[in-house]
Amino acid sequence: MFRYTLGRLLSGVITVWFIATATFLAMHAVPGDPLMNEKATTAEIRENLARKYGLDRPLPEQYVIYLSNMIQGDFGISFTQQNRRVNDIIKDHFPVSAALGILAITFAALGGILWGAITALYRNQLPDIIIMFLVILGISVPSFVFAALGQLLLVNLNQWFGTSILPVAGWGTFSHMLMPSLVLGLGTMALLTRLMRSSMLEVVNEDFIKTAKAKGLSPQRIFFKHQLRNAILPVVTVLGPQIAAITTGGFVVELVFAIPGLGRYFVQAVQQLDYTVIMGTTVFYGAFLVLMVILVDIIYGFIDPRVRLK
Amino acid sequence: MNTLRTLTEADFQPSPSEDNLEQISRPSLSYWQDAWIRLKKNTRALISLYLIVGLAFFTLIGPWIWTKDPAAQDLDQISQAPALPKTALLVKDFEPSATPIDTTHPPAPSGYPDALDAVTGLTVLGTPTTQSVRLSWSPVDQAGGYSVYRSESAPEGLMGLGLPLASLTAGNIVGFEDRLNLKSQTYYYSIIPTDGFDEFDVVSTLEVSPQQSITVSQALERQLIDSDDRPGQTVQLAFHPLGTDYLGRDMLARLMQGARVSLFIGVVAPLIYVLFGVFYGGFAGYLGGTTDQILMRFADFVVALPFLLFMILFKIAFGIGPGESGILPMLIALILLLWPATARLVRGQVLRIREQGYIEAARLLGGGPSYLIARHIIPNTMGVILVTLTFAVPSAIFTEAFLSFIGMGVAPPTPSWGSMCNEGVKTMLSHPHELFFPALFISITVLAFNLLGDGLTEALDSKMRSKE
Repeated sequence: MFRYTLGRLLSGVITVWFIATATFLAMHAVPGDPLMNEKATTAEIRENLARKYGLDRPLPEQYVIYLSNMIQGDFGISFTQQNRRVNDIIKDHFPVSAALGILAITFAALGGILWGAITALYRNQLPDIIIMFLVILGISVPSFVFAALGQLLLVNLNQWFGTSILPVAGWGTFSHMLMPSLVLGLGTMALLTRLMRSSMLEVVNEDFIKTAKAKGLSPQRIFFKHQLRNAILPVVTVLGPQIAAITTGGFVVELVFAIPGLGRYFVQAVQQLDYTVIMGTTVFYGAFLVLMVILVDIIYGFIDPRVRLK
Repeated sequence: MNTLRTLTEADFQPSPSEDNLEQISRPSLSYWQDAWIRLKKNTRALISLYLIVGLAFFTLIGPWIWTKDPAAQDLDQISQAPALPKTALLVKDFEPSATPIDTTHPPAPSGYPDALDAVTGLTVLGTPTTQSVRLSWSPVDQAGGYSVYRSESAPEGLMGLGLPLASLTAGNIVGFEDRLNLKSQTYYYSIIPTDGFDEFDVVSTLEVSPQQSITVSQALERQLIDSDDRPGQTVQLAFHPLGTDYLGRDMLARLMQGARVSLFIGVVAPLIYVLFGVFYGGFAGYLGGTTDQILMRFADFVVALPFLLFMILFKIAFGIGPGESGILPMLIALILLLWPATARLVRGQVLRIREQGYIEAARLLGGGPSYLIARHIIPNTMGVILVTLTFAVPSAIFTEAFLSFIGMGVAPPTPSWGSMCNEGVKTMLSHPHELFFPALFISITVLAFNLLGDGLTEALDSKMRSKE
C-alpha cells in the first residue's frame, strides 16, 4: 500500500510539472505580449514593466524562474488587479469554491447512490422509469441552464411566499450555498445514478448474493450489507474525474449566482487576459485535481483490497 | 420471432432447381446487418436517429427554406415571444402638436391649497397605438400641475405607480402624449394633481392597451408597404415563429445558423480526434513493447490535464484572445486534448485482437503492419469506435456551449447555441423564450446522441448476439 501510494504521488508530481510546462508554453505562444494593453506607452515604461515581470529575459531563463517560483509557492503578481498577488487571490477565493464543490459532490454522491439503489430495486417499474427519465434529462441539460432555471425557481418561490426563503444570489450564509451546490451537483448526480443502477443490477447476479440468500439473510441485510457495499465501488472510481467536472462546472454556477469563488476570478482573468492569474490558477487547479484523483485512488485501495494486491 | 402463417398449395411444390436442395437455413447475416436489425428494434435509439436526421435537415436545409437573415434586426418586434404573424396599424409620421391647454382654467393655484380633488374625466384621445397614447383629462380646481405615471401592472392606491413619465407644471394643461417605448400590452396610467411642487395623495388610474402600429415612413423603410398605402390600414409585420431576441433578431434563423456552429464543432472535432486516437492507439497496441509504453505514457499525461482549463488556455493561445471569433481555435483545442481517451480504448481492443488466430494467419500470409491494422484490426474495433464517436458528440457540444457561455467561445455576431444561451440568461426573467429555445436545442441534440449511443452499445455488443 505504501509503495502504491508513493508511486501514485510520484506520477502526480510529474503530471503537475507537465501541466505547469504546458501552461507556460501555451501562454507564451500567444501572439503579442501581455503589456500590449497597457496605457503606458513610452518605451521606458514598457521596459520597466517588462523588467518587473521578467519579460525581458530569454524564454528558457523565464521558464526556470517560473518553475523555481512555483516550487516555492509563488505565483506572481496580477497584471490587472494592482499589486494583488495571485497567491492572495487563490487564498481568498478558493475556500469559497471548495465549500461549494464539497457540498455539491456530497449532494451528487448521496443522491446518486440513493436514486441508483431505488431504480435497481424497482427495476422496470414506475419509480425506475420516472427516475431514469429524470437522469437522462440531467445528463442532457447543460449546467448553466440548470443554474439559470434554479435561480428562476428561487425568484418565483420567493415571490410566491412573499418572503425570501432562499437567497437568489450572493454568498455568506449556508442558505446561500444550497441552491448553487444542488444545481452544480445535478449533472454528476445523474451520472452516478446511472452508474449505481447498472452496478447494482450486476451485483444482484453475483454468487455471494445467492449464498447470502441461501443462508437465509433478510432482504434488508442482503441489500445493505452485500449488495449496496459492493455496488458502491465503481461509483467511488468515477468520483475523482467527477470532482474535476464539478470544479469546472463551478465556473458557470459562480458566474450565474454571483458567488465570489476562484472560478469566477479565473473566467474574469481569462476575459481580461490577466496572464499571471491565468497561469497561477491553471496550475493550482491542475495540481488540485491531480491530487483529488490520487486521493480517490488511495481511498479506493482501502475500500477494495483487490486493488492493493496488484 | 416465429409467426404462424397459413400454408398454401405453393408451399408444397417441389423445388424447381436441383442446386440448393440442401439449403435449409436463412441467409447468414453479417455482424453489421445483425447489429442494424437489433438497433431497429430499439425504439428509443431509432427515435434518436430520426431526431439526428431531423437536426441535420434543420441545419443544412433549414436556411434555404427559412431565408430570414439571422443578423437582421426587426426593431418593431424586439424580445417578442413566439407568436402567430402580427399585423400593425399604419399611422402617420409623428408631428409635434401644441400642448393641450384649457384656457378657461388658471395655470397656477391662488395660494397654497390644502387638498386637491382627484383628476376626473381621464380618457384616451383617438386610438391608442404603440406610436403614441394621448391622454386627456378635465382640469382640477386649484391644481398647479400634474404628475403622469405609467405601470405595466395595476397600481394599488399610491403604490406601484411605475415609471414617472412627466411632471406638468401648469394646472391648465389637460393632456399628455406618451411616446416612450410602447409595446402592445396593457398599461396603467396614473395622474396625480400637484400644487406646482408637491404631489397630493389622490390618484386616478386608466387602463390602456395600445395597438401595435408602425409609421408610414418606417413601413416604407422596411419594405412592408408600397408608397401608395394610406394610414389607417393594417400591414403584415415580419413573421417570427419562435420570436425575436433582445436585438430583434429572428430566433429561428439564429437557431439554424447557431446549429451550424454547434453541430460543426460537435461532429467534426470528434471525427478528427477519434480518427487520430484510433491510429495512435492502434499503432501503440500493435507495436507493443517500449514504443507502446512511451506512447501511452504521453497519452496518460494529456489525459491528466484538466480538460476545460486547458481548453480555455489553448483557446487563448490559438485564438489571439477573447472576442475573436473562435471556431477553428476551439476545434484545434478539442482535438489536441481529447484524442487520448480513444487512443487508450483502441489500444486495449487491439491488444486483445492481435492475439487472435486470424491475425496470426494474415501475418503468415505476408500482411505488413499497416495492412493488418487497416484491414483487420481497425474493422474489428469499429463497434467500440462508433460508440465512442456517438458519445463524443454530446460532450463536444457541451464544451462548445460551456465556452460560449463564459464568453470564450464563438464571438458575436456569429450565433452558436451556447452564446445564445448566454444572451438568453440575461433576459431570462422577462423573456424566457430567449433562453428556452437554444437550451432546448442543446438538450435535444445531446439527448439524441446519448440515447443513440446507448442503443449502439447494446446493438454492437456481440454478447447480445448469442442471446437471440
